[in-house]
Amino acid sequence: MKIKQIAEQLDKLSVESREGYDFENQIIPGEEEVLQIILVGREEIPVYLTQTDTQILCISYLWGENEIKPESKGELIEMMLDMNIPMPLSSFARIGDQYAVFGALSTNSSIEDIAHEIVTLSDNSLEAIDVMSEFLK
Amino acid sequence: MGLLKKIFTAIRGGATEAGEAFVDANSIRILEQEIKDADGHIHKAKQDLTTVIAKEMAASREIEEIKTKVNEYEGYAISALNKGDEALAIEIADKIANLESDLGQQQEAQSSFSAHANRLRELVKKTERTLAEYKRQLTMVKTTDSVQKATSAISDSFSNSNSKIMSATESLERIKTKQREFDDRLKAAETLDNESPDTSLDTKMKEAGIGPQTSSASSVLDRIKAKKGA
Repeated sequence: MKIKQIAEQLDKLSVESREGYDFENQIIPGEEEVLQIILVGREEIPVYLTQTDTQILCISYLWGENEIKPESKGELIEMMLDMNIPMPLSSFARIGDQYAVFGALSTNSSIEDIAHEIVTLSDNSLEAIDVMSEFLK
Repeated sequence: MGLLKKIFTAIRGGATEAGEAFVDANSIRILEQEIKDADGHIHKAKQDLTTVIAKEMAASREIEEIKTKVNEYEGYAISALNKGDEALAIEIADKIANLESDLGQQQEAQSSFSAHANRLRELVKKTERTLAEYKRQLTMVKTTDSVQKATSAISDSFSNSNSKIMSATESLERIKTKQREFDDRLKAAETLDNESPDTSLDTKMKEAGIGPQTSSASSVLDRIKAKKGA
């Protein structure tokens, strides 16, 4: 599926498949197309979806390097490593100076799987910020 | 493995700025070429393998045929000896000697083909592993490249739309506030629904036939008839 097809199919999904959330999708044009998915009510932390030949990547940005309390950075990173496996479907990552959670799916995934990934990633990002907030400014 | 080290070195060297590639575009081209070559090698090796296996089978068949013939001629030689025809027996023995020499050659050819086939099978396995490794590396390069491009598209879109990027904790607080407001509204609506004594009283009165009566077709008709009569 191309990014555009994923966007179109997400729009057609039933409310059950969207796990009760409304999605607002927008394609960000560029050398590599990105789909921005906003869960209504969670506008501040969108999910970004991008695709390679072999996988679909869903990414949510958490916090920037500058938001971390310098004295807590080591503890924060250890906590992220410890939390990586218990966190369902998503993993912690860093892109440039931004920390993120991401999930990778096979390009053969169904649209329902993609929607489930998006909602789970959004849940995980909120929860991650919540539990890690003591390390943040 | 080589590639991960390359990316590691690039990251350690600080090549994490948006737009700065971990892996140059050439790597993708080179890897794609290597995959194409490896695919070609596997294809060629498999073709050779088919030919060699066919030759090996032909040699085996030939060996069986020669062995049958040797048996057959040994029988003839015995018959000749039984008849006392030594000269014929020698001639037959000569024929058997020739057959056995052929047999030796075929057996040698067969084991050579068989060894060759094994070498080709090993080659195919080895190339398949190399191919899988190249493909894994290509996936890594492409994913890295794609994420970099995607990230720069995302940050471009942020700066173009002038969205103020809040801190993570501020964002979470705002989302939580919205969720609370939504929950409060939902709760308020529910409470309103449940705590409406007027509605329940009306229902009870209506059931008892007390209170303002809703108009029915017959009551409307009565009214019209009354008007007409007046």
